[in-house]
Amino acid sequence: MSVTNLSTLQPGARARVKDIPKSGTTFVRLREMGLLTGTVVTFVRAAPMGDPLEFKLRGYLLSVRRDEARQIEVELLADGAA
Amino acid sequence: MQLPPHINPPAPKRTAASGRAPVYALVGNPNCGKSTLFNALTGLKQKVGNYPGVTVEKKVGTAYSQHGQPLTVIDLPGAYSLAARSPDEAVTRDVLLGRRSDTAQPDRILCIVDATNLERNLYLVHQVLDLGRPVIVVLNMMDLAAEAGMAVFPDKLAQDLGVPVIPCEAVRGKGLIELRLAMSRPDLALSKHAWDIPGAIAPAVAEIQASLVANDAKSPLIARAESLLLLTDQDSVRVAGSTPLSPRTAEILAGWQKRWSAEGMDWAGTLVSSRYDAIGRIAAEVVQPGTVNQGPSPSDRIDAVVTHPFWGWVSLGAVMCLIFVSIFTLAEYPMNWIDGHMASLSDWVKDSMAPGDLRDLITDGAISGVGGVVIFLPQILILFFFIGLLESTGYMARAAFIMDRLMSRVGLNGKSFIPLLSSYACAIPGIMATRTIEDAKDRLVTILVAPLMSCSARLPVYLLMIAALVPNERVPLATKVGIMFLMYFLGTFAAFGFAWLFKRTLLKGEPPMMIMELPPYRLPGLKDVALQMLERAWIFLRRAGTVILGISIVLWFLSAYPKAPEGATPSEQLSGSFAGMAGHALEPAIKPLGFDWQIGIGLISSFAAREVFVSTMGVVFNAEADDGDTAPLREALLKARWPNGRVLFTPLACFGLMIFYVFAMQCVSTIAIVKRETNGWKWPLFQTAYMTGTAWVLALLVYQVGSALGF
Repeated sequence: MSVTNLSTLQPGARARVKDIPKSGTTFVRLREMGLLTGTVVTFVRAAPMGDPLEFKLRGYLLSVRRDEARQIEVELLADGAA
Repeated sequence: MQLPPHINPPAPKRTAASGRAPVYALVGNPNCGKSTLFNALTGLKQKVGNYPGVTVEKKVGTAYSQHGQPLTVIDLPGAYSLAARSPDEAVTRDVLLGRRSDTAQPDRILCIVDATNLERNLYLVHQVLDLGRPVIVVLNMMDLAAEAGMAVFPDKLAQDLGVPVIPCEAVRGKGLIELRLAMSRPDLALSKHAWDIPGAIAPAVAEIQASLVANDAKSPLIARAESLLLLTDQDSVRVAGSTPLSPRTAEILAGWQKRWSAEGMDWAGTLVSSRYDAIGRIAAEVVQPGTVNQGPSPSDRIDAVVTHPFWGWVSLGAVMCLIFVSIFTLAEYPMNWIDGHMASLSDWVKDSMAPGDLRDLITDGAISGVGGVVIFLPQILILFFFIGLLESTGYMARAAFIMDRLMSRVGLNGKSFIPLLSSYACAIPGIMATRTIEDAKDRLVTILVAPLMSCSARLPVYLLMIAALVPNERVPLATKVGIMFLMYFLGTFAAFGFAWLFKRTLLKGEPPMMIMELPPYRLPGLKDVALQMLERAWIFLRRAGTVILGISIVLWFLSAYPKAPEGATPSEQLSGSFAGMAGHALEPAIKPLGFDWQIGIGLISSFAAREVFVSTMGVVFNAEADDGDTAPLREALLKARWPNGRVLFTPLACFGLMIFYVFAMQCVSTIAIVKRETNGWKWPLFQTAYMTGTAWVLALLVYQVGSALGF
């Protein structure tokens, strides 16, 4: 299982959140939107100009800027893993 | 550690006992069908206003119970969490916590959730349950959940939360009867749901709760909910009208935070996680995810095109073209109709009243002045309609998603795009559309620069000046189009430039946040869109209308007094009037720009609406410019001379005048709306000063540099 950050995923790739920065209103809000350690996230696509990024989690779509995504550590899941 | 569940304090008996109908608050995440439900519950019995001190819409409506008893429902702004991140969410938080002196704490809470997205929606419900008020959960979009192959069990949710859960399809009005029945129940049980507050945090919650009870006069349950919130949001968004914490409580809070920071503990994260743990257990019992339907949903397929690196731009362009073509073609008919009726109204008054000042005041002052602004109403309505459509279908979020990168270059985010774009038609709907921008500073910057986008009232001025600038018929059309394009480009460029400047100086903010949900595409509720369009148009008419009536009368008075001797031409009357005097008084300031006092009168009268410049020039130079034919007026302008015989409308002066119109803030309606949206005179005055100042400097540069270069 390779550890990387949320901004490096390929479209369609799934990953599990390993670590998310503690402080900062942005990251508290991301947690409140359901992006927590252990949450499985699918990278859907980048916007036409490469930023922001669109993810699917808990059955809905969320747009996050690349700068924030870069600070979220994830482990890549093999296809079909839960 | 387990805190006592909410049943500990005796449940306050409401409604029947006091004899007063209970007040309901309606809360929910954005995009979960909250306004549709509110409209369905209250029909047209709504009052729309503002919370004092903040530009957040306050909507209160009357619903009727199954027995015909009236129930008050407050529609609170959509929120993802009570740990507020925007003025809208702060109002929701403050009303629910009873922190606002202008709005009594609601007796009961209606929580609407999207059944297709239960986990995230339950986060807010979970916070609301902490408040210790009777709660009814409305499980909306049951049909869409079924379509997606999900099985949702409302009874299970009701059992887990210990509150009534009403399955509902608000768009079709399904479930409303059951909801009304639940709302009219005289007694609603309080939730028995209890959740584990992490052991490390529980002592802090208890201490802050005790202090809130002792020092801030809160009831124990509200104090517990508030202490949990204080530990999550650190109270980052304070808005006018909410009561501050007592020093003692703030001190205790700061003490815990300091201690935890030193220990490296992530208290906010821990609290959020433990809520989601509790929610996850509930959701697992209530929802069975679809197993069959795992392919791309219709929304996914639309997004594949609409946010595609190439087709995304094409579709965004197409949507924008559709909007602008509609504005400029569809609006033409009602605009002509209004124009015609205003004219016949004016004629009717002229026929039925004796000639005199009162008649002139009504026809030339009130009717023509208000008519000149009301004529933009069709455009404004169409814009509001499309903005509502974009919001309710879900495309608005996609437009923001696509444009975010570009907008971030000047420090704004994608949500400023639609308001700025709308301002090409009229700054008023644009400024009113900035309410979707959460960050207060981003919103203010967008409001400040929006009127720099060339609106449709500038178009007649540009056309007249281009006609005077290149009167030669042999000049290729491309030159004229090119000049016009240059004006639009200058305004747009300036809007972004000033946004960049303001974000770096005056309104320096935290690094921009762009956490945005991309809601699934939904068919628009046309009734809701229409209702919202009418509400906004009414605000425009009421706010701008009264100011404009006043200004029109003042402008009329200035141009009608003092009276010229009998037999004077309208031009002589105007030049001898107060407006003429003002023009003369203004001349020293605008002479360096190549404008004389006659143009000065035009600049002053433009405050009613910019296109009034054209008709004022018609009066000043004794030329009728009817039905869009500018030829006679153009000839008259070209004959105009300075007293020393120099040509007045030189190409350079015309060009400078256009530049002036690009930048100057000359619209009373916009000033009135900015005052409303920013709650005071400070920002509209600043805006008028910086825009008009820029206009003056640039027109000066054009004229002086141009003259020096021998143009």
